[in-house]
Amino acid sequence: MRRADGMRDIGVQDRTKEAFQSMAVGELPALYSLAHRLVRDGAEDLVQETLIRAYRSFGALKEEDAGARWLKSILVNVFRDELRKRARSVEELPVEEVEDFSLYRTLVEVDPLPYSDTLHLDFLRAFGKDDVREVLMRLPELYRAPLVLRYMDGFATKEIARMLDTPLGTILARLHRGRRRFETEMWAYAEETGLLIGEVRR
Amino acid sequence: MTDQQGSIPCSEAVKQLWDYLDHAISAEDQERVETHLSFCRMCCGELEFAKELRSFLASNEAQEIPPDVKAHLERFVQEL
Repeated sequence: MRRADGMRDIGVQDRTKEAFQSMAVGELPALYSLAHRLVRDGAEDLVQETLIRAYRSFGALKEEDAGARWLKSILVNVFRDELRKRARSVEELPVEEVEDFSLYRTLVEVDPLPYSDTLHLDFLRAFGKDDVREVLMRLPELYRAPLVLRYMDGFATKEIARMLDTPLGTILARLHRGRRRFETEMWAYAEETGLLIGEVRR
Repeated sequence: MTDQQGSIPCSEAVKQLWDYLDHAISAEDQERVETHLSFCRMCCGELEFAKELRSFLASNEAQEIPPDVKAHLERFVQEL
């Protein structure tokens, strides 16, 4: 059977089911972690759909040891397809809304940790794992996904463009706006939650 | 920061800092950013902070998979 992309859809018949299961089970923590960063709810569903899709095309995987990257790439494909299916119009942020804010300068001006000799580092250190996720979730998915994939999961921008089926230039622009938006939301989150109060007393 | 002849303004330099760190800009743009950094202390600070924020994001602890979710997904894999 030939698929639209020209690859032979050999499923798992040329490889053992056990090989897939063993690889997939080993990658569950990494898959879940990535899914948890990409979506607010439904990380488990995203992983499940990834496993189904991966199982179907396991025969197309050439290198056993490329499995981790391959599974993550399928997860991003599933995420992209879900996003499109929902057909929610996510608008690009107006440039002026995101270009002006600088977290670095804001910290210098406001100086929220007056006793700190390493103000910027201490600001970042105040954010725990859950705080970072909350800030990420405040970003539209359009901007969150490239940011997570590039700076947290270490994918190259070209790979991200391919996985999200989006032109490279668009990904680069979204990364730029996403970074600015992330900084803006970090500051807003710190102010709203009183995150720095404990740090000031230290 | 006052611009110097032949250089770029802060807004332009800051816009390119992360790509500069990624070596993802042209040699010409890289030179422009470096020229700007050579006289702008504020943008040097921005550059240091960009490095810190990148390393902060890269080292962000992965979310552990809850045991019940792990067990459920393992069962799911076995039943495929």
